[in-house]
Amino acid sequence: MQDLKRIQQKIYPPMVEGDHTFGTVSDKIGDVTLKKKTPFHWFIGFGIAFMVAQCLLMTVGYLLAKGMGIFGNNQPVGWAFPIINFVWWIGIGHAGTLISAILLLLNQKWRTSINRFAEAMTLFAVANAAVFPLLHTGRPWLAAYWLFPYPNTMGVWPQFRSPLVWDVFAVSTYATISLLFWYVGLIPDLATLRDRAKNKYFKAVYGLLSWGWRGSARHWHRYEIAYLLLAGISTPLVLSVHSIVSFDFSVSQVPGWHATIFPPYFVAGAIFAGFAMVLILCIPLRVWYNMKDFITDTHLVYMGKVMLATGLIVVYGYAMEAFFGWYSASQYEVFMIKNRIWNGPYWLFYWMLIFCNGISIQFLWFKRFRESPFWLFIISIIVSVGMWLERFVIIITSLNRDFLPSSWAMYSPTIFDISMFIGTLGFFFSLIYLFVRFLPIISIFEVRTLLPSANVHGRQQDFDESVLEVEYTWERTDPPNK
Amino acid sequence: MEKNLYGLLAEFDTPTELVDAANSVREAGYTKTDAFSPFPLHEIDEALGIKKSILPVLVFFGGIAGLCLGLGLQIFVHYIDYPLNVGGRPYLTWPSFIPPSYELTILLAGFTAVFGMLFLNGLPRPYHPVFNVPRFALATREKFFLLIETADPKFDENTRSFMESLKPQEVFDVEE
Repeated sequence: MQDLKRIQQKIYPPMVEGDHTFGTVSDKIGDVTLKKKTPFHWFIGFGIAFMVAQCLLMTVGYLLAKGMGIFGNNQPVGWAFPIINFVWWIGIGHAGTLISAILLLLNQKWRTSINRFAEAMTLFAVANAAVFPLLHTGRPWLAAYWLFPYPNTMGVWPQFRSPLVWDVFAVSTYATISLLFWYVGLIPDLATLRDRAKNKYFKAVYGLLSWGWRGSARHWHRYEIAYLLLAGISTPLVLSVHSIVSFDFSVSQVPGWHATIFPPYFVAGAIFAGFAMVLILCIPLRVWYNMKDFITDTHLVYMGKVMLATGLIVVYGYAMEAFFGWYSASQYEVFMIKNRIWNGPYWLFYWMLIFCNGISIQFLWFKRFRESPFWLFIISIIVSVGMWLERFVIIITSLNRDFLPSSWAMYSPTIFDISMFIGTLGFFFSLIYLFVRFLPIISIFEVRTLLPSANVHGRQQDFDESVLEVEYTWERTDPPNK
Repeated sequence: MEKNLYGLLAEFDTPTELVDAANSVREAGYTKTDAFSPFPLHEIDEALGIKKSILPVLVFFGGIAGLCLGLGLQIFVHYIDYPLNVGGRPYLTWPSFIPPSYELTILLAGFTAVFGMLFLNGLPRPYHPVFNVPRFALATREKFFLLIETADPKFDENTRSFMESLKPQEVFDVEE
């Protein structure tokens, strides 16, 4: 029996550690928002993030007053920092949907305690992403007619054959569905907070937001169907969004963009970057809010493995890009690859990219690095930088030297390009801080289902042990003595 | 003032007790019943005889509506209202209409799933008689409740003793 327990631990590592009951789970997660004093480091962190977010406000204000000329965009590099940052942010969002939707469909129990803030991360990342293309239009209030199909006095419509219009539809659908998914997941937890809040204002606000949820069996029945269907439709959605983002590039004729590898390579890169951001957020969160019972070391290891797998797909993408360039036998493609890797002015960025995304993740093969939160955190930061560099390399090195040498030009960002990007980072972390303060950071009701006491008649457990016996006979020839 | 009785509410400690009790209640012939739990319990659907929801069908048609809307919009724009000759290419370029139609399919299916679920559940409903029982606040925390409404045709003065025979922690009167 002892051996059985040990093997069970190995095959099914517990997703909730410590002695928890339904009540203690609710208290531990709910009290962060309701009871505990807001920790001092929250004010420091939020203060810094909020101050940094002012960079965004100032840049946008100046941009609207002055126009697009304040950015470094030029000819031929018409798409520069705004699109780099857009793709970077939207990619980060993808891990949230992957965790909440795809892992739900695959019945991966470890998603349960990280899905809530991963989804919040998605929402905030998409909000930041949307800022860039919108303001990149220069005067967004005049851009509506070619972005959205509405009958206007000029009698013209958007060009639906353009990937840029596809992008508008993809990103706005993605933002809406992510918001719905996140909110639907929150309803039962908001009801828990409503019933636990002592403060009458909190009670009223959570009461309004939870829409009178009372945990009725009939409601749960439809709720679960709706949740599963949302997961089912979000799965192709998340894959389509980054594929369409990659069409922005690959449908064009520019050497370095016009490649069929782009959609899968972009999707893998998005998940790669997103998991890095989830790790960056959850490693400090679980320490600061003492959530190690729910976000266990096992969770971190799994995320590290996903990062390694998607990272290898991305590296394969780099190899294929170079191969396509050579195999195309087009002098422009061959030149682009040379220009990108060693012959051009931006070669250093390419090798930094290879270091960040290709070499740094190789450490994740080793248990020592994978199981250490410190190293995971460091690697995640390197990967986030690397994914930003990837977009820089794809966009800038492809555009700055294209077909006609007479139109070549160098690109460098202005201070406003940089302040806008840093501003969105501040905005993102401010939103994360507010979320952590006012909403349950871990899905309470889903963690309850992970507890052994949530099984009716202990059926689940019986099943697991029968599986174990099979595993056991594989491992040792003599049957276990019960 | 005399208050009307809405039903009887029994409290249980574990999901297994709730499912067993729900089975007995259904076997005794009660139909206007409901169970409340802090997390979804799949076994309770069978125990209370909850029918499969129509929601998936609605979501399917929501998705189809989105698809038709997307295709219709683009065909109208590029084929009927404002045909634009791009290098002599055809007007009805359906492959390039797929991405927006696909996104609209998902958007409308998602809206149907969420708002259909809330509508079928009768939410938002800030007030419900069960909230009058102070202990019911624990239904979103750790306790399990079973309700038999007075509107049930089988409801009579014996219902209370029947509920107590199910070995709950306590049986409460739910006032209207």
